[in-house]
Amino acid sequence: MGEARGQGPELLDLTAQEIASRVRTGEVTAAETVDLALARIAELEPRVGALLRPGQLDDAARRSAEAIDARRERGESLGPLAGVPVVVKDNLSIEGQPLTCASRILDGYVAPYDATAIARLRAADAVIVGQSNMDEFAMGSSCENSAVQQTRNPWDPERVAGGSSGGSAAAVAAGEVPLALGSDTGGSVRQPAALCGVVGFKPSYGRISRYGLVAFASSLDQIGPIARSVPEAALLYESLAGSDPRDATCSERPVEGLGESAADDGGRAAPPTLEGLRIGRLREIDSSGLEDEVAAQWQSTLRQLSACGAELVDVSVPSLPAAVAVYYVIANSEASANLARYDGVRYGRRVAGGGSLRELNRRSRSEGFGPEVKRRIMLGTFALSSGYYDAYYGRAVGVARAMSEQFESAFSQVDLVVTPTSPSVAFRLGERVEDPLAMYLSDVFTTPANLCGLPALSVPCGLGGSSGLPLALQLLGPRWADREVLRAGAAFESASGWNRRVAPGAAAREESSSAS
Amino acid sequence: MEYEVVIGLEVHVQLRTASKIFCRCANRFGAEPNALVCAVCLGYPGTLPTLNREAVDQALRLAVALGCEIPSRSVFARKNYFYADLPKGYQISQFDQPLALRGRLALHDAGVEVPIARMHLEEDAGKLLHEAPGGGVLRGSSLVDHNRCGVPLVEIVTDPALRSAAQAQEYLQVLHQVLRYTDTSDANMEEGSLRCDANVSLRRPGAARLGTKVEVKNLNSFRNVARAIEHETHRQALVLDSGAEVQQETRSFDAASGTTRTLRGKEEAHDYRYFPEPDLPPLLVDEDRVRRLRGELPELPWTRWTRFAEQYGLREDLARQLCAQREVADYFEAVVAEGAATGAAGGAWAQNAANWTMTEVLKELNARGEGIESAVEPTRLAALLGMVARAELSQAAAKEVLAAIWGSEEEPSAATRRLGLGQVQDADRLEEWIAEVLAANPGPVEQLAAGEQKVAGFLVGQVMKLSQGRADPKLTRERLLSSVART
Repeated sequence: MGEARGQGPELLDLTAQEIASRVRTGEVTAAETVDLALARIAELEPRVGALLRPGQLDDAARRSAEAIDARRERGESLGPLAGVPVVVKDNLSIEGQPLTCASRILDGYVAPYDATAIARLRAADAVIVGQSNMDEFAMGSSCENSAVQQTRNPWDPERVAGGSSGGSAAAVAAGEVPLALGSDTGGSVRQPAALCGVVGFKPSYGRISRYGLVAFASSLDQIGPIARSVPEAALLYESLAGSDPRDATCSERPVEGLGESAADDGGRAAPPTLEGLRIGRLREIDSSGLEDEVAAQWQSTLRQLSACGAELVDVSVPSLPAAVAVYYVIANSEASANLARYDGVRYGRRVAGGGSLRELNRRSRSEGFGPEVKRRIMLGTFALSSGYYDAYYGRAVGVARAMSEQFESAFSQVDLVVTPTSPSVAFRLGERVEDPLAMYLSDVFTTPANLCGLPALSVPCGLGGSSGLPLALQLLGPRWADREVLRAGAAFESASGWNRRVAPGAAAREESSSAS
Repeated sequence: MEYEVVIGLEVHVQLRTASKIFCRCANRFGAEPNALVCAVCLGYPGTLPTLNREAVDQALRLAVALGCEIPSRSVFARKNYFYADLPKGYQISQFDQPLALRGRLALHDAGVEVPIARMHLEEDAGKLLHEAPGGGVLRGSSLVDHNRCGVPLVEIVTDPALRSAAQAQEYLQVLHQVLRYTDTSDANMEEGSLRCDANVSLRRPGAARLGTKVEVKNLNSFRNVARAIEHETHRQALVLDSGAEVQQETRSFDAASGTTRTLRGKEEAHDYRYFPEPDLPPLLVDEDRVRRLRGELPELPWTRWTRFAEQYGLREDLARQLCAQREVADYFEAVVAEGAATGAAGGAWAQNAANWTMTEVLKELNARGEGIESAVEPTRLAALLGMVARAELSQAAAKEVLAAIWGSEEEPSAATRRLGLGQVQDADRLEEWIAEVLAANPGPVEQLAAGEQKVAGFLVGQVMKLSQGRADPKLTRERLLSSVART
């Protein structure tokens, strides 16, 4: 299959722009492209474990691809993602498909409607080929909280892919698909992207509709693209962003990404430059909190930014050290309400017994949720309780507001702020399972963007000197400066040469990969 | 001992809108169970609420009618609790920043103005069915009807300012009038579109502090609100008289026994863990919107009955009765207008229209168990009253004609002819009846002849009686007087 016109698997190693362009011109068909992706998924999944229920969407994907080809044959013009295979995190609702959030409590649930992001993927003529593994209800940083399976880092199968969108990041890093969707509540797109050596973007809060994204913390959740390069991530972002009458928190501002030029020439246009950009270096980043190889790379990344013409300016966000604490209070509080609907009454797992409603609720939730989800529901319930609200939730919201003001003040001095994405490289499977606090603390650089609604992009910046594993920097911009963040990221990526590196997990194909 | 009862009411009102508050499902009572549901109002994973502007307008109309202040910004909040009829595990409501504050409602009978503390907007929950649709028994289970999930609701909370069961009942009656006048709600207690909880406490007269309050639920009629408060007052007085303390708790009223019983104590009270609803931005209401809605308000009951009393010279109590239901007041004014169109304007005409509306028309409707919309149309009632005014028909005969044309399309004049009920003005017939009465009453005739004018009324009455009400009273009197003068 997939070889009908002599297209080899290297088709999948082209950029999303190049694939879509070839499908639009008829040089390859969407059906061939999708078949190649399905074949590669079938080949790699046993080693990676990025997808839940692999194979489940194969028939639907082939039908979508054929419909796209038929439309082209009728002379219709195709969308910007024509025929591009995409993986989506299993917390996005796809009509007629299971939706589990990698939780047992959604056993048997079949989604009755398409999320807005899914509908827009379809409208852009992308083809959804898989639903990806995640930490249960997006709560975690390693996919180890999935109730279903472990996802392995394509760079090292003994290490985590990060989380919670670890399945999506691993699928892209392994070369299964060019693009994937994740969701980012405290870093869940950026951190796994960083750990897997791919690009992850969390747009400004309110850029991509959350309708159909299973809520974890509604005021922080954003859907975000994962790709092998910034222009590809930007293309996916532009296809999804924009107002939606079904999401009252989704902005009506016009969408600006990298723009048509990036889409048209496959992201190879003379990239935007870093020349003259003022980039803020946060004083609060305590180098001693970084792993040695991260700290070393961090210094060299800063030199690289300078060398590219950026002016580095020290700025301060004094509440930054409180970010993790504030984040876990707010996110868990909202989660305690958002996860109340999984009560065994209407859908998903129901454990009857005892005869009373209370007992049905208690048993269904006790057996349906994993330990991390329970921990967070309990913490959030506590933080909202009468007598504790002011000390926890109220105070956390106050600090988040102060942090927003501090970022605003920083952005009056600089265009963007730069940080490492993660204080460490991908850690070993099981290494932090018994220490949730250590796991939480690794969110120190990613959570501020969610608390303040800022756009944030994680871009690979090199390999750890001792581990040989991917490292990434994070660029933060003022709210609604999504375009500026993407432009700077594209500029850095192309200057650093850290563009579209293939993970060794897919080494079997490395010689056929021409893109890097 | 003597106590003063202090009552605060919390009234939930379902708003009349085409669709639900956070989704596009129809807002309609009485559909098949779970026929009016979607992924949003069922709380399916990933769904989000979007606010229905019409629901906000309806709530604002009501707030303006109740004289509330409307803050420019209000905030939705999640009220968290588990129940099978609450699909999301929380209700989207408002908490510390409600839609409207500080309103008032004047009670005429009680002579007080009730301060309204706040009014907030929220979604209704579903309904548990404990028997199968059609009446079958459910064994060890209940069914959930989600049609009501997401029906727009306002909660109107008074200050603890009511001082008797009668005041509470009058408050609800007047509030009901406002809801019907503004067309903001069906306000039907039986269908649950108007629901009331009462907070009742006692204190010694003159005491500054409020006593411990008890919340009474399950009040399904205005009368039962009063009964429950009366019972609760009595019960708490007995507790206090015995030297014990009233327990803070929620009690349920049992209409059959007229008593209340404990539903849950203070320890079992929910901690609702309110926090701002992150899925909905704050609700901003600008002054223009409030001004527009205020301008669109219909005449409210108290304004209308004041006007009726002045414009039509009606007694105040009659004017208030007419205005108790907007549709009845509309009917009355339509009859008055029909009269004006035929040149029959004037205080007597309006008075007659009011009397007929309140007595004959409502009596007939009550007997038939129908609403004002099925009454004889104002045009035909006006035609009937016109015949009375022109002395073509006696009052008594007119009542017969009204009964005859009710439910048909027959004109009053045709019915009068058909039934032979027209006022007799024919001189020969009148003279015959007068002669017979004069012959039968020689005593009064002598008195009249001697100048005792007041006897004339008696004799005219005898003629009316003899003619079964058909003799024209005015002509009869003239002719009778001249007959007596001739003798």
